Amino acid sequence: MTKEIKGIAASNGVAIAKAYKLEDPDLSFDTRTIDDVQAEKGRLEAAFSASKADLEKIHDKAVETMGEEAAEVFNAHIMVLADPEFTGAIEQAIENDSVNAETALKQVSDMYITMFEGMADSNAYMAERAADIRDVTKRVLSHLLNKTLPNPALIDEEVIIVAHDMTPSDTAQLDRKYVKGFITDIGGRTAHAAIMARTLEIPAIVGTETATADIADGDMLVLDGLDGVVLQNPSDDEISTYQQKANDYADQKAEWAKLKDEKTLSADGQHFTLAANIGTPKDLDGVLENGAEGVGLYRTEFLYMDSQELPSEEEQFEAYKQVLEGVGPDENVTIRTMDIGGDKKLPYLPLPEEENPFLGYRAVRLSLDRTDIFRTQLRALIRASAYGNLWIMFPMVATLNEFRAARDIFNEEKQKLVDEGVKIGDNIKLGIMIEVPAAAVLADKFAQEVDFFSIGTNDLIGYSMAADRGNDKVSYLYQPYNPSILRLVNFVIKSAHKYGKIAAMCGEMAGDPIAVPILMGMGLDEFSMSATSVLSTRSLMSHLNAKDLEGLAEKAIDAETSEDVVKLVKQEVPEVK
Amino acid sequence: MESREFHIVAEAGIHARPATLLVQTASKFTSDITLSYQGKDVNLKSIMGVMSLGVGQGADVTISAEGDDASAALDAISETMEAEGLTK
Repeated sequence: MTKEIKGIAASNGVAIAKAYKLEDPDLSFDTRTIDDVQAEKGRLEAAFSASKADLEKIHDKAVETMGEEAAEVFNAHIMVLADPEFTGAIEQAIENDSVNAETALKQVSDMYITMFEGMADSNAYMAERAADIRDVTKRVLSHLLNKTLPNPALIDEEVIIVAHDMTPSDTAQLDRKYVKGFITDIGGRTAHAAIMARTLEIPAIVGTETATADIADGDMLVLDGLDGVVLQNPSDDEISTYQQKANDYADQKAEWAKLKDEKTLSADGQHFTLAANIGTPKDLDGVLENGAEGVGLYRTEFLYMDSQELPSEEEQFEAYKQVLEGVGPDENVTIRTMDIGGDKKLPYLPLPEEENPFLGYRAVRLSLDRTDIFRTQLRALIRASAYGNLWIMFPMVATLNEFRAARDIFNEEKQKLVDEGVKIGDNIKLGIMIEVPAAAVLADKFAQEVDFFSIGTNDLIGYSMAADRGNDKVSYLYQPYNPSILRLVNFVIKSAHKYGKIAAMCGEMAGDPIAVPILMGMGLDEFSMSATSVLSTRSLMSHLNAKDLEGLAEKAIDAETSEDVVKLVKQEVPEVK
Repeated sequence: MESREFHIVAEAGIHARPATLLVQTASKFTSDITLSYQGKDVNLKSIMGVMSLGVGQGADVTISAEGDDASAALDAISETMEAEGLTK
C-alpha cells in the first residue's frame, strides 16, 4: 500500500529511487575499569587508524565529486586525528583513570568541544571546529564499538537520502551522480539540506517530521519536490505517472535554462522587461539565478520590521547600494518607500489603534506625516542612486497632492545632498504605486507628472472589490481577471503611454499565466514577480505574438465576468495551460 | 633551545588555513616546537592547541624549538608565516 508523507517543498523536481537512510547507529557505551592499559591503548590506536583510513577515502571521493574546497572539511578532520595533544590526552586518561578507551575519548573530546564553543571570540569558525571534533569523535567511537557509520560517499546506486537532518559534512560526501533527492524530518526552506539541494538541482522535501520513522532503508520512494509529497512504496501506475511528471519537469527546465541569460521577447520580437520582487538584499541571489532583468519592487519594510529601532540612514544606504550594484548595469531597481501601517506594525513606533487599518494611516500617508523618517529614507536612497539605475516609488498614493508633496520633499533632500557635494545618480525616476482605485482612475493626470506607474494588483483588487481575500467568506471576490480590474489596468497603461511614461506591474498578477497574454496585449512595459516565476513567464511570452494579443486584450476588457475572461484566454491562447 | 619572535599582522590572526599550515610544517620536524602567547605554551604540532590560543591581529608570539632539527624547523616556520601573510 502506498503511504503518503507530506513536508515542505524545498527544492523543485521529481525523483524516483530507493531510500538510503542516513542515520547514526547507536553509539552508547558503558564506562568500564580496565586492567590492561596497553591493550586499551592498542584498541584506541587501531580505531584512530581505521578512522583515518575512512576519512582519506571520503576526502578523495569528495574531491572527485564536489571539488577541493568542499573536501577541505575532511582534511580538518584528519588533522584532528593526527593531533598529538588530542591522542596524548586520551592515552593519559586511560592510564590515569584506568577507564576504557570510549570513556577516555568522550571525556577529552567533550573538554575540547566545551573549550571551543566557549571561547571568548566565539564565532562561527570556532563552532565549526567544535563540530569537527564531534564528527571525528563519532567516527572513532564507531570503530571502538565495531559499528558502521553510514558512508554516503561510498554510495554506488541511485538513492534518495532520508535523514533526520543533514550537516554540511553529510552533504559534502554525496555523489550527485547517485543522490537523486533529500528528505528530512526537520528544517525549513533555508535549512542546509534545502539550500544544498537547490545548489545541486535535485528535489528535496524538508520538515516531514516523520520521514525517518516511517521510511525503512531500501523502500521505494517517489519524491515530488514540486508539491512537497513523498510516496512510500508506490504502485507501478503511480511510478509511471510520476516518471511522466519528472520528464515534463526536466524538459521544461531545460527550456527555461536556455532563457536565463536571454532578454524577454515575444514570438514577434517585442521586448518586455521581466523583473523580480525582493524583500531584502539577500534575495538578489534568486534574482540572478532566475535571470530576472532587474528589480521591479524592493519592499523596504523589512529594513524597518527586522530592526529594534528605526534603521539609520547609513544602514539603509548600504542595503540600497547593495541591491543597485547587484543587478546588471543596464537594469533598473524600483525601490518602494516604506509601506508601514495597515498590518505592518513596528514595535518601536507606536501607531494609533484604528477601526480600519487598511483604510487608515499607512504608507505614504505616514511618510508625509512623519517627514523625519521619510527624509532619512530619501537621503539614503538618493545617496545610493550613484550606484545604479534607481527608480523610487511611493506606495498608496491617492491624490496628486500627495505625490507632489512627496516629490517636493525628495527634491529638497536631493538639493541638500548636492550642496553637500555628495555624488548622486543623474537619472533617478520618481513614480507611484497604483493600488488605490482613485489614483488608477486619475492616471491620465498623474501620468503628466510621474516618471512611471507600477500597478500593485493585490491591493488594487482588494480596494476595488472592497473585499479582503484573507476572509474566506468574501475571498471569491478577489478576481484579477474581472473586466472591471482589467479596465483599470488598461487605463493606467494607456495613460502612461500617452505621456511617454512607463507602465509596470508588481503584483502577483504580473506572473499569472492567464493574465500575462492580456497584459502583453495592453502593452504593459515591465512585469515584476517573484523570481521563481521569471523563467516560466519568459518561456510563455516567447511563444506568444504580442501584436495578436491586442485583440485579445480588447475582448477581455469588453467581457462581462471573470469566468468569461478565463475562457476567452484559454480559447485564444492554447499555450496557456 | 632556539626561539624566534613574531608580530602577527594578518587581520584574522592565526586562524583556519594559516593555523593548519603552521601545524603541518611543524609536524615535519622531530624537534619539540612550542608556540607561546600571553604566558601560555602550546604544542605547535597540535591544531587544537594552536587554535585554543586564539591568536589575533597585533599579537606578539614566540615560537621555540628544541631538538636536532630546531634551526631548520624555525626557518621553515618563518617561511610559512610570511607566505601566509601572518607576519611581514
